[in-house]
Amino acid sequence: MPSSVSPKSAPILKVTDLKMHFPVKEGILLRANKSNKAVDGISFEIQPGETLGLVGESGCGKSTLGRCIARLYEPTSGSIEFEGNDITKLKGRALMPYRQNIQMIFQDPMESLNSRHTIGDILEEPYIVQKIGDKASRAKRVRELLNIVGLPTRSITRYPFEFSGGQRQRIGIARSIALNPKLVVCDEPVSALDVSIQSQILNLLVDLQKEFNLAYLFIAHDLAVVKHISDRIAIMYLGNIVEESTGESIYHEPRHPYTKSLISAIPIPDPHRRVKREIISGDVPSPINPPSGCRFHPRCPRVMERCKLEAPLLRTVADHQVCCHLDDL
Amino acid sequence: MAALSINNLVTEFDTDEGRVRAIDDVSFTAKAGQTLGIVGESGCGKSVTALSIMRLLPQPMGQIASGSVELDGTDLTQLPIQEMEKVRGARIGMVFQEPMTALNPVHTIGRQLTEVLLIHKSIPPDEAIRQGVELLDRVGIPSPDVRMTEYPHQLSGGMRQRVVIAIALACKPDFLIADEPTTALDVTIQAQILDLIKELQSEMGMSVILITHDLGVIAETCDDVVVMYAGKVAEKGSVFDIFDRAAHPYTRGLLKSIPTLSTAHKSTLSVIDGMVPGLLDLPKGCRFENRCTHSEAPCGGQAPKLQTVNEQHQVSCLRWQEL
Repeated sequence: MPSSVSPKSAPILKVTDLKMHFPVKEGILLRANKSNKAVDGISFEIQPGETLGLVGESGCGKSTLGRCIARLYEPTSGSIEFEGNDITKLKGRALMPYRQNIQMIFQDPMESLNSRHTIGDILEEPYIVQKIGDKASRAKRVRELLNIVGLPTRSITRYPFEFSGGQRQRIGIARSIALNPKLVVCDEPVSALDVSIQSQILNLLVDLQKEFNLAYLFIAHDLAVVKHISDRIAIMYLGNIVEESTGESIYHEPRHPYTKSLISAIPIPDPHRRVKREIISGDVPSPINPPSGCRFHPRCPRVMERCKLEAPLLRTVADHQVCCHLDDL
Repeated sequence: MAALSINNLVTEFDTDEGRVRAIDDVSFTAKAGQTLGIVGESGCGKSVTALSIMRLLPQPMGQIASGSVELDGTDLTQLPIQEMEKVRGARIGMVFQEPMTALNPVHTIGRQLTEVLLIHKSIPPDEAIRQGVELLDRVGIPSPDVRMTEYPHQLSGGMRQRVVIAIALACKPDFLIADEPTTALDVTIQAQILDLIKELQSEMGMSVILITHDLGVIAETCDDVVVMYAGKVAEKGSVFDIFDRAAHPYTRGLLKSIPTLSTAHKSTLSVIDGMVPGLLDLPKGCRFENRCTHSEAPCGGQAPKLQTVNEQHQVSCLRWQEL
């Protein structure tokens, strides 16, 4: 798939036709006759130092995709290439070197930190697992990490409950960059935080990216936040990417009817701009039994007969990749 | 049509560490037929304000220590509990944040919806069911007669929130208090729900108090706004006063810190440093003093009273005129 970013450098991550189907067990015998097609044929690339924003409603599979890339799940089919090496089917020890390079920041900063460990223990653990350094050098590095994310050094002996949500997210970020990764999967890193804290964390993420040349896969449902931080944005709907382009272009010239309604639904903090929105009706259908043809067709304001029968393929319209049958996008 | 006025309300909670004031001297008026927004960060007292109005504070820890909540001249805080039960649901409806926990998982939608009708109106059960189906249809639930017999887990989040709204509106209340009604929902569903509330409001002439942390939602739906910070009113005024002429440094900071679609890509967002103070060790003076970039000696010493900017725009800041 061609990328809108200049193809000078080799992509750090290349995902091709990735599928993640979870078996759904039913009946007395718990036979898996159906599957939840959470991610169903997704391809994209991320360049070094680039942020790809991934936007979609809950249940569209964006978190599952993130977890596949961090190899917390083993995908059903397709491939994930990290710096040219296929890591899709690696297991156990063979994955260890990639774990250093691909790290993850989770949504809920309370649940993702072990409440019985001190901050020092939490931040030291990646080095112990990867067998890096001795006690003294690890302690020095932990202090450095706290410094980088803007927490006082005395936090080392404290426990997660002693920190606020924003501070805990800083700890989660410190842990994710401990091993100098090249790619960080950020799964809704600011959704659980208050508005005034969100901007602090976003600034930190942007600063870290510049300093360490990190690539981000930034998953979120808040489009304004995603646009702020992303170089390119992919819009997901029910296990598929329906549109991909640069942040500016997605917002100013959305092509796919779903992207249009998604952008139109964002409340704008300006009381002078109360415009009538294009509201799409209905909910996201179940990924266990997705609609035929184009998966968006039951909610699409411009649905045609063809959409019900035939699934559209991603095609290039101007500088967008769009997955839609309409001619006048 | 009715107006609801909250006067000098103080609500306290008993905790292991002593008594804390969750809201302190809060006053505002929700005008008839209009939408009032209450905005603030978590822990600022927005939800406690709503629970105080409804007298649904967790017992026995929470109590209204002083102040009044007047609905058409009747002080709700002084009503005997039996009288208050007639107000809840019938005159003031409430929509909660989490549509899963607001509904009882072991009862059908129909039973939960008709319950409110049977309690407040003396109508026979079959009439209640008929009205229930009508209500579900009105809030945009497809095949409402089937849904009446289903359980909450069979519905999606957006559909559940529609059911909660249907229950809140069943007796055509004068007031609807919506506490973060769309926070748990996706943007496309949020747009549907906010539109539904607006539509029903103009149809039934109802007043709405909308509690949210999302300034975008406030800007799109509200006539008047109350900005709360650490249990106090920081600023209140019309939606244009707040967004165009914000006088409180906190409101300004909040408005500046949110990325909008026009914010420059990867630019540094302005931030409000620090955190909301804990209710157990509140600063003596202005509660925003430790985070405020404009604080001066007098700010730490005395708590500012609400000062009038214009007829309806008031701000709790000593230095607003200089800023």
